[in-house]
Amino acid sequence: MAATRPIRLFRNLSAKIAAIPMILTAMVVFVGGTAWTVTYSFTSSKLLPKTKFVGLDQYERLWGTARWLISIENLLIYGICMMVLSLVIGFLLAALLDQKIRFENTFRTILLYPFALSFIVTGLVWQWLLNPDFGVQSVIRGFGWESFTFDPLYDARIVIYGVLIAGLWQGTGLVMCLMLAGLRGIDQDIWKASRVDGIPAWKTYVFIVIPMMRPVFITTLVIIASGIVKVYDLIVAQTGGGPGIASEVPAKYVYDYMFQGQNLGQGFAASTMMLLAVLVVVIPWAFLEFGGRKRV
Amino acid sequence: MSDPGILSATVVGADAARDALAGPRGPKPRRRFSRRNIFIYGTLIVVALYYLLPLWVMVVTSLKGMPEIRMGNIFAPPVEITFEPWVKAWAEACTGLNCDGLSRGFWNSVRITVPSVVVSIVIASVNGYALANWRFKGADMFFTILIFGAFIPYQVMLYPIVILLREMGLYGSLTGLVMVHSIFGMPILTLLFRNYFTSLPEELFKAARVDGAGFWQIYVQIMLPMSLPIFVVAMILQVTGIWNDFLFGVVYTKPDLYPMTVQLNNIVNSVQGVKEYNVNMAATLLTGLVPLVIYFVSGKLFVRGIAAGAVKG
Repeated sequence: MAATRPIRLFRNLSAKIAAIPMILTAMVVFVGGTAWTVTYSFTSSKLLPKTKFVGLDQYERLWGTARWLISIENLLIYGICMMVLSLVIGFLLAALLDQKIRFENTFRTILLYPFALSFIVTGLVWQWLLNPDFGVQSVIRGFGWESFTFDPLYDARIVIYGVLIAGLWQGTGLVMCLMLAGLRGIDQDIWKASRVDGIPAWKTYVFIVIPMMRPVFITTLVIIASGIVKVYDLIVAQTGGGPGIASEVPAKYVYDYMFQGQNLGQGFAASTMMLLAVLVVVIPWAFLEFGGRKRV
Repeated sequence: MSDPGILSATVVGADAARDALAGPRGPKPRRRFSRRNIFIYGTLIVVALYYLLPLWVMVVTSLKGMPEIRMGNIFAPPVEITFEPWVKAWAEACTGLNCDGLSRGFWNSVRITVPSVVVSIVIASVNGYALANWRFKGADMFFTILIFGAFIPYQVMLYPIVILLREMGLYGSLTGLVMVHSIFGMPILTLLFRNYFTSLPEELFKAARVDGAGFWQIYVQIMLPMSLPIFVVAMILQVTGIWNDFLFGVVYTKPDLYPMTVQLNNIVNSVQGVKEYNVNMAATLLTGLVPLVIYFVSGKLFVRGIAAGAVKG
């Protein structure tokens, strides 16, 4: 009898074979790779990975490096501004498009097209537009306002806002689309009811519609946030981290130390910090999103 | 034979008469130039112009000669249209020692994108199908890990993958890069296909099983013919995503094989020589052309793709 019983491993064999790439990706690359990097961030690896463990030395050095601190500061400024502004702008645009207007598709197409472009293209276009000798500054000076100054890419204090302008141009279309989908998901009867009660439209948005769209907002925020942590190409293309190190970001720190500075340990420690930052965002979100659903 | 015609005519007439008696019906017609409409359309038009501005500047700059750029205003249309910057960007612009223009990067990108898109979609669609219809123990756990993996910053996995590829002898080759793209495309694509196959009526699958069809037969004969739209969505998602990639291209290939984005960045941000802004903009536009064309042609499907992508992040 034992001989005729099918072996469990071979039941549903084709499906298991089909899932092998997924299992390998999940376990070897995602789990294995992450564990490897975190482990080696505690070593003194330089040019090649070594297994000489030095405790938290790399992290101490990391947090004592001016460039890393500037990177973190930039990421915070960029991240907070990006989240707030892209949510606000995205929502306002979505609300405008949701007024049963004509040419909705045309407007949506125009507002979303930058999202199809790469960060490299985005960065290079805005580098050109913000070029002080030819771009916006020179055009406005040409109109006769000689003292007009707007050259964020060459001013270390505000360079990150120059990057923010480009990031917003590229990313708000996506937020708008998500918000528009959220608005369309709202029951139209709510609008009828509030109109009958004579509640002004803005109040309906603020007190009824936005609270109802909470899940959409949270998902959008998670998407924006996980994109912000990864921001790299935009900086490389638009400023190259400059002037000086004024617009460095953590992702660029990791790349430069791993593949150019030949200081792997620093790269591993910095990328582990990035992972930590993402976990701080994703884990509470996952609990809200999936933990709550199971209880219901 | 004319009776029905007359009858319907009278009915219509009666309807019209009743309408006239009952007064106007339906919502109050809006005035076209109400203050509200002027505000809405005015705002939207201004915003749309702002969004279009960079594209406009790219196009006009790429059609001007350098003297005109130095003299004039970047927003002004070209006085004298020249296509020379485009030719130069495509065939002559230099990166390092190579002076054969962006065409090299373009063909590299094609050679990277096409196999990556095919491989990643084939793997992910079969995988999503297995997850939707042939669930086995542990499948959900791996799937959850896969989805969470999508949130891990790529930087964390960059070096371990370098080691893996080096061990396989693929580091620096196009094959290696194709593998990397397939790996990182997997979470979103698997999710996309799994959700799609789950939404198909289960009876179809059950009927095919009763008739004795196996895993692959059901996939090829039942599922594939019904899922053309989702394949198109996945393709749009992957083509734009892989074409626009910079990080993997720069990490996992060598200068001869750099994709277009990397080469573009090297051309424009090179510190040597005189800056030729018109050539730079032509090169930028050339690189952006592929995703732009896909975007404008695919329309709604692109939106569906990013909405699906958004679920994962």
